[in-house]
Amino acid sequence: MPNLKGIFQGKQKFVTVKAGTVREEAPEGLWTKCGQCGGILYKKELTSNLGLCGDCGFHFRLSARERMAITLDEDSFVEYDEELLTVDPLGFPGYDIKVEAAKQATGLDEAIITGKGSIDGYPVLAGFMDFSFVGASMGSVVGEKVTRLFERAARQRVPVIVFCASGGARMQEGMFSLMQMAKTAAACAKLSGTRTLYISVLTNPTTAGVFASFGSLGDIIIAEPGALVGFTGQRVIEETIRQKLPPGFQTSEFALEHGLIDMIVDRRNMRKTLGSLLSLHGGRREDAG
Amino acid sequence: MTNLGLEFEKPLIELEKRIEDLKEFGLKKGIDLSDEIAILQRKADTLRKEIFENLTPWQRIMIARHPKRPTALEYINLIFDEFIEFHGDREFRDDGAIIGGIASLGGRPVTVIGTQKGRDTKENIARNFGMPHPEGYRKALRLMKQAEKFRRPIVSFVDVVGAYPGVEAEERGQGLAIARNIAEMARLATTIIVVITGEGGSGGALAIGVGDKLIMLENAYFSVISPEGCAAILWKDGSRAQEAAEMLKLTAPDLKAQGLIDEMLHEPQGAAHKDGIAMARAIREAIIRGIDELSGIPLRRLIERRYARLRRIGEFAIREISASDLPMAAAGNEDMPITPDLPDLEGGCDET
Repeated sequence: MPNLKGIFQGKQKFVTVKAGTVREEAPEGLWTKCGQCGGILYKKELTSNLGLCGDCGFHFRLSARERMAITLDEDSFVEYDEELLTVDPLGFPGYDIKVEAAKQATGLDEAIITGKGSIDGYPVLAGFMDFSFVGASMGSVVGEKVTRLFERAARQRVPVIVFCASGGARMQEGMFSLMQMAKTAAACAKLSGTRTLYISVLTNPTTAGVFASFGSLGDIIIAEPGALVGFTGQRVIEETIRQKLPPGFQTSEFALEHGLIDMIVDRRNMRKTLGSLLSLHGGRREDAG
Repeated sequence: MTNLGLEFEKPLIELEKRIEDLKEFGLKKGIDLSDEIAILQRKADTLRKEIFENLTPWQRIMIARHPKRPTALEYINLIFDEFIEFHGDREFRDDGAIIGGIASLGGRPVTVIGTQKGRDTKENIARNFGMPHPEGYRKALRLMKQAEKFRRPIVSFVDVVGAYPGVEAEERGQGLAIARNIAEMARLATTIIVVITGEGGSGGALAIGVGDKLIMLENAYFSVISPEGCAAILWKDGSRAQEAAEMLKLTAPDLKAQGLIDEMLHEPQGAAHKDGIAMARAIREAIIRGIDELSGIPLRRLIERRYARLRRIGEFAIREISASDLPMAAAGNEDMPITPDLPDLEGGCDET
């Protein structure tokens, strides 16, 4: 990774203090540390800056609601299937407590929000995954919501965009969770048969079961810069091959180099890019009459 | 007698050894010990029944991973009258962890694919311990597309600990290959019979495991994650895999109860590796039954049926919403007609 500091020197907006000098002393709540350059960032500024480090451009994780807010036209969103609730099909010890804690912490019922909205006036069905909800793992509810989204898109002939983020399958739901890969992939294949556009946007991190199902099945696959995208977890690979992994392994840039995705799009250009793609696929603006 | 007994079989193996010793002793000394031997034999039979009728999930996993467990090629040679193996994905290389080709099942041509483990270290290295790379999954897909083209059923044999976790596998798109296979298998215009013979290791198994009929051997397992991996996540301790195995509900009886597989095949006394021929015969009968059941269904209906089978999987609750909260405006133009969205079925279609 080249040192990009110099490039940004001119337009530096924030006071940055090196990690080594301040360490963990940043006051809780107000400040946060950049995961890439180690700079200390004022959280309010971070939020108004699309969750980007003003110093190095590092893309912070966004919640589903934050992502929706910066992606869709204002007040255009109508949520689907919010009534679906997680159950504990295997009686897996501790699962109900884990889900309850995630609900409390995130204010969400599950790891994805799906619905209908518009981007730059173009109607779109969209899914927004939230990594802070049990690692955005895919259980029955996530699988069902994604499947219903694809089925609606097929019926309405409206393009669908899913912002993926996930640690994989929800192991606490056992085989019900693994089979959501098959269910969502089948719905995706069905959607494809109706010649309706599906764009998958891989955000940090998109791995395992979601990467190996609808995450990789977009007609167009976009990734955010520096996101972790891949199938197998890095610790498992290291234990198998008994070697350190090369730097940059399983990043968006790695995926692009190896031909696994169509492009990397900076968050600042995401809305514009999606708007162009929708337009080029025959999208008609709702406000056009 | 195998020297590869599992821990829980030890009392049985000791008893069997005593019977052997007694037989030898009687023969050497010219004494008739047949009564004693018969008693011990009955005791051994009871013990065997007791052990194998009360297997824990972890014991089943041990059996599924048994080094003598019959492999896909062994079953294929026993089940089919003729098997011609094909190689390669036409793009990168031939992956030894995936085998495939065409075979004759009582005169009926079928395409056969499967994951292949080795018998010894040398074979296992060639087969990468049965863990496929993306090119293996692409080879399987190529052969399945070929089956669709020539309208022959597909039989898939699954016994895989998982897709290979390696640097090159990631570079060549392991996740994409699995996703592609699952999506394609969901819509393939031919009958697909899946037989899980040993390990059903997560996405790496699902990549050749989507079909119209899922058959599973009694001591096979199919799981979202390995019990070791699950234990490592839950307790940072992979050695507690036995507990995780209980929690994951991954055995054939569990999955049958959950409605996630169609048929469970009982294994011979002492598990499949004790009598591969009998096991193969049972699998052959189940495959023929499956193909016979499904062959009468027109292709369009078969694909719809397969979709419906996947579509209903999932367990969730529905929150009550009061009528005033219903977002009426959201309904929009949802009533557009559903136009055909099935794959192109032109040319020699056998539906009526």
